[in-house]
Amino acid sequence: MRYEEQEFTKSFDIKIWKKVLPFIMNFKGILFMVIALNLFCALADIALPLFQRYAIDNFIEEKTLSGLGVFAAAYAVVIGLQALSVIFFTRGSMKIEMRLGRDMKKACFEHLQTLSFSYYNVTPVGYILARVMNDTNKIAGLVAWNMVDMLWASSYVIGVFIAMLLLNWKLALIVMLIVPAIAVLTVYFQNRILNWNRKVRKINSRITSAYNEGIMGAKTSKTLVIEEKNAGEFQELTQEMRVAGVRAARLSAIYLPLVLFFSSLATAVVLAKGGNMVLDNLLMIGTLSAFSSYAVGIFEPIQQLARNLAEVISVQANIERVAGLLEEEPKITDTPEVIEKYGDSFEPKKENWEELKGDIEFKDVSFHYPDGNEEVLSHFNLKIPAGTTVAIVGETGAGKSTLVNLACRFFEPTGGQILIDGRDYRERSQLWLHSNIGYVLQNPHLFSGTVMDNIRYGNLEATDEQIIAAAKAVSADQVVEKLEKGYQSDVGEGGDMLSTGEKQLISFARAVLADPRIFVLDEATSSIDTQTEQLIQNATLQLLEGRTSFLIAHRLSTIRQADVILVVKDGRIIEQGTHKELLKKKGYYHDLYSKQFMEESAQRILA
Amino acid sequence: MEKRKTGKLHVITRFLKGNLHMFVLVLVFSMLNTVFNSLTPQIVRISVDSVIGGEPYNLPGWLITALNLEALRGSGWQVLLLAGAAIMVTAIISGLCNYVSKMEMAKGSEGFVKGIRDQLYAHIQKLPFSWHVKHQTGEIIQRCTSDVEVIRNFVCNQMVEVFRLVFLIALYMGIMFSMNVKITLVALAFIPVIIGYSGFFYSRIAKRFLSADEAEGELSSTVQENLTGVRVVRAFGREKFEIQRFDEKNEKFANLWIRLGRLMSAYWGIGDLITGLQILTVICVGVMSSVNGDISLGEFLAFVSYNSTLIWPVRGLGRILSEMSKAGVSIDRVAYILDSEEEQDPADALTPPIDRDIKFEHINFSYGTGYPVLKDVNFTIPAGKTFAILGGTGSGKSTLVHLLNRLYDLPAECGRITIGGVDIADMSREHLRRNIGMVLQEPFLFSRGIADNIAITREEVRHEEIREAARIACVDDSIQNFHHGYETIVGERGVTLSGGQKQRVAIARMLMQKAPIMVFDDSLSAVDAETDAKIREALQEEMGKATVILISHRITTLMQADCILVLDDGKVAQMGTHQELINQDGIYKCIYDIQMNSEDRKELFSEELPESCKYCNKAAVK
Repeated sequence: MRYEEQEFTKSFDIKIWKKVLPFIMNFKGILFMVIALNLFCALADIALPLFQRYAIDNFIEEKTLSGLGVFAAAYAVVIGLQALSVIFFTRGSMKIEMRLGRDMKKACFEHLQTLSFSYYNVTPVGYILARVMNDTNKIAGLVAWNMVDMLWASSYVIGVFIAMLLLNWKLALIVMLIVPAIAVLTVYFQNRILNWNRKVRKINSRITSAYNEGIMGAKTSKTLVIEEKNAGEFQELTQEMRVAGVRAARLSAIYLPLVLFFSSLATAVVLAKGGNMVLDNLLMIGTLSAFSSYAVGIFEPIQQLARNLAEVISVQANIERVAGLLEEEPKITDTPEVIEKYGDSFEPKKENWEELKGDIEFKDVSFHYPDGNEEVLSHFNLKIPAGTTVAIVGETGAGKSTLVNLACRFFEPTGGQILIDGRDYRERSQLWLHSNIGYVLQNPHLFSGTVMDNIRYGNLEATDEQIIAAAKAVSADQVVEKLEKGYQSDVGEGGDMLSTGEKQLISFARAVLADPRIFVLDEATSSIDTQTEQLIQNATLQLLEGRTSFLIAHRLSTIRQADVILVVKDGRIIEQGTHKELLKKKGYYHDLYSKQFMEESAQRILA
Repeated sequence: MEKRKTGKLHVITRFLKGNLHMFVLVLVFSMLNTVFNSLTPQIVRISVDSVIGGEPYNLPGWLITALNLEALRGSGWQVLLLAGAAIMVTAIISGLCNYVSKMEMAKGSEGFVKGIRDQLYAHIQKLPFSWHVKHQTGEIIQRCTSDVEVIRNFVCNQMVEVFRLVFLIALYMGIMFSMNVKITLVALAFIPVIIGYSGFFYSRIAKRFLSADEAEGELSSTVQENLTGVRVVRAFGREKFEIQRFDEKNEKFANLWIRLGRLMSAYWGIGDLITGLQILTVICVGVMSSVNGDISLGEFLAFVSYNSTLIWPVRGLGRILSEMSKAGVSIDRVAYILDSEEEQDPADALTPPIDRDIKFEHINFSYGTGYPVLKDVNFTIPAGKTFAILGGTGSGKSTLVHLLNRLYDLPAECGRITIGGVDIADMSREHLRRNIGMVLQEPFLFSRGIADNIAITREEVRHEEIREAARIACVDDSIQNFHHGYETIVGERGVTLSGGQKQRVAIARMLMQKAPIMVFDDSLSAVDAETDAKIREALQEEMGKATVILISHRITTLMQADCILVLDDGKVAQMGTHQELINQDGIYKCIYDIQMNSEDRKELFSEELPESCKYCNKAAVK
């Protein structure tokens, strides 16, 4: 499935905004304060030219300084108050932005914890991450700043109109004639500038991918001697960028002078017409000066309004994406009765949980993945008594994890039932089952933090001693010993500072600590040094002891240990039995095994 | 690594070169723009003083005569119209200047940044493979994108802006001084305060910004880890724990920004206050001077107008200056890449024919200071023959190929590799690599159509030729089954191919190269044995006179070779034909027996793997 940036909606849509309203409503009080302070700021901005008018008409024209002290004090009070309201409104806006963003992120994250694997399988991590982080930031920023800005700008413009009308309605009407021109101009250019900027951003992300490919593919490019060809293609791309960049700049290079032209037109009109009125004694000269301040002053807010309006429309796309995430239905849910009795994933009622023994039965199970129509299991039956080891073998990509996904209820069967300890597992909560599973992945996932933290993930209540004991049980202590700070060593993001083998041993310890009834191991295919390999073998034996286990196996020794072997090809189980039975059959398992045997024996001899 | 140290200035001037004239135009026109903008308050001043106030024109004599202003004295209306027209004229001229400077700026800055981007890309392509191994992709990309953007901003916006602001401040100060020294001094007294205060706050804000930014990064990786580790989270039922952990980071992120917000609010609020007080002071002093008769009303208005135009740039200057200090780091980071030495062939590099015998003569090699990978390796690959190499992980077989292709160069005194008697160190790398086709174990496909991938080494190519190569590599059928066939995009933006499909596409790509030497570095490992045999059969016919080097540990793949070399721990353990090797005790016979001898196999299947090999005495299980 492809995930490309969606096109933006073109017009304002109140329905979309209703989706964020519940989040915004939490900040009613503070939002109200921010709005009030902004209104005050606008009022002060309108008042300042009037001070100048007063100074001209009452001091300069009258040639007196009496009252200048009061004037200065009043002026200072206004700008002091304005500064204070700027301080408090900025703080308020920042609080709204961050808290609103925080709440939306939290909602997204919590929702993500309930979504099913069918969602994760088809949605790239980067795509989800962008929703949780970037889109929420964008929305919160818009509500906290742009909307408030718009309010300031519109009240300023309206206030200035009122002030001008009160000062001299004839002159005011003339100035107002110019406003529609600016509005039309702004709307026309803003859309085009926005479009070009979007194009520029798209080309920019292509340039980044081109760098990525140029670096990742450096070895291949060298062996194929296509460095120059690559560089040539890259230059075409940067040329495209250059053209788009200049085009985008041309639009704003035309737009801004045009706006300034109209703003000068207003000044010219005020000067000519207003000056004439002064000559005819119809207007005080101070009023004329206030007028020209207003005439210049309203243009920036008008542009700002248009810019913000465009922002508001473009943020609708962000809202739709976040809402899309929040509206995504979890495919696997517990019924209300189950939640009633066993609790949900966040508030479990552990006192009602039965102990899990580990008998698993696939009863007439059929299954197809949500994104595919082909049935990968049909009417499959298998009884796995507690303590049985099941190995699943097959080529890479043959669909070996399907059974595990079903047994762990990461997916649910589309037909039939899966019974655990004799009861359909849908009659118990997901958390009940998951709390009894230990999982070691092929490419084990560790969380950033210390080794200790990572092992403790298996059992949050475990003491340090228990953790060390668990590590010892699977020989992970040998890995830990080699690390500089022992159990307190940082494993890096995703455990990157450790090798795959080492990560696997740590994740074994994590699984042991959880003491699960069901154990799942997806063996690593990548080469692991012989010594670590041996440790892993022993650890596996340790873990299989007394547990119902599923092994997605790649190594002969692991496969041979299994009580039942399931052979998977093209997503289906084609053979099933013990190692000896299957070999006798001389079927697909025999082929697979021989090939594996060849590779492994050669590798062992050459090692 | 050798490193030429380039100065920061050099990096910038190097890319400015072709675009310098545009930047000159930008400066000239933005200066003109500023000058014309400064005229408007003068027009207002004259209108107020001489038309409305009736004082003599305070203008150069030629202008008064030219416009015939004295004659118009009686008709205020006409002079005012003239003033309005003058404002419009200056607005139009300054608008045009603005347009020209903006356009030249866009052209110059796009050209400048394109120069850096192209140079970086081409340079990275040419950097030796060892450089690529040493550096992380994400880190390099960061430098090529964000750091380049910082440099562009520095050169194209900040430097030009600082120039413009300094000019504007100087010009306006000059005008103000010429009008009235006392008020100007009062106005200027605030400027150091404003610049100092912006700088002060800005460096603090920058610090807090950094920690807030880090918190965002932390939060982002927490989410990412949760998403990539979703299986672990669910399998252990740790949803609640994850949410707690997330909440903590989320709260921290929000709070750091709110704290940053406090600082910014103070910065803005105090900035507004100082600016407001400055304007107030200028108004008061202006009023007093005007009442005292030192300046006229028009001059007062012009003064107030100049002052408010001046005060905003001054506030901006402090911010820009403190932002500019960050650019140095970015320039260094980009210069580091540009200063790394490219692979370079000397002008007299040889381009001899490559379809000759290949000789490895006493090769010793190690990566960096580490353990020796190859120890006195000595052998010949006869031209036109198929040569196979058997060796385990870390035995040095891939290193042999790296050396042959000169992805790594042999240091002096470490032996040499010759083709047709010519040392490959004296050959042009391009010539050598063009004539050696290689398929790597984990091939890299470029994100473009499959057909384009296969034909990537060639200019004009017929579709039939591409299909033929794909057919030989047994991948034509799979490609035909894709939704868009040969036009299917692979990689990041398209479909994901399986390991086996990738390997086969890479084989087809290599075939298109029509090289006299072909190397298959374990390149059929992800293909099943049956297809493997089919591909080899098809290749056999196609290869003709090419020299083929096969690396594998499947005996069935190796046995048809004209000569087989067994590499063990960096040394040549055995060499000979299949027949010769199975008749002597050693690793080859050992593996052959296990892989091919059905009697042995039957026995082994029910037992463990052999403890040790009876022919080579190597422990099979350690």
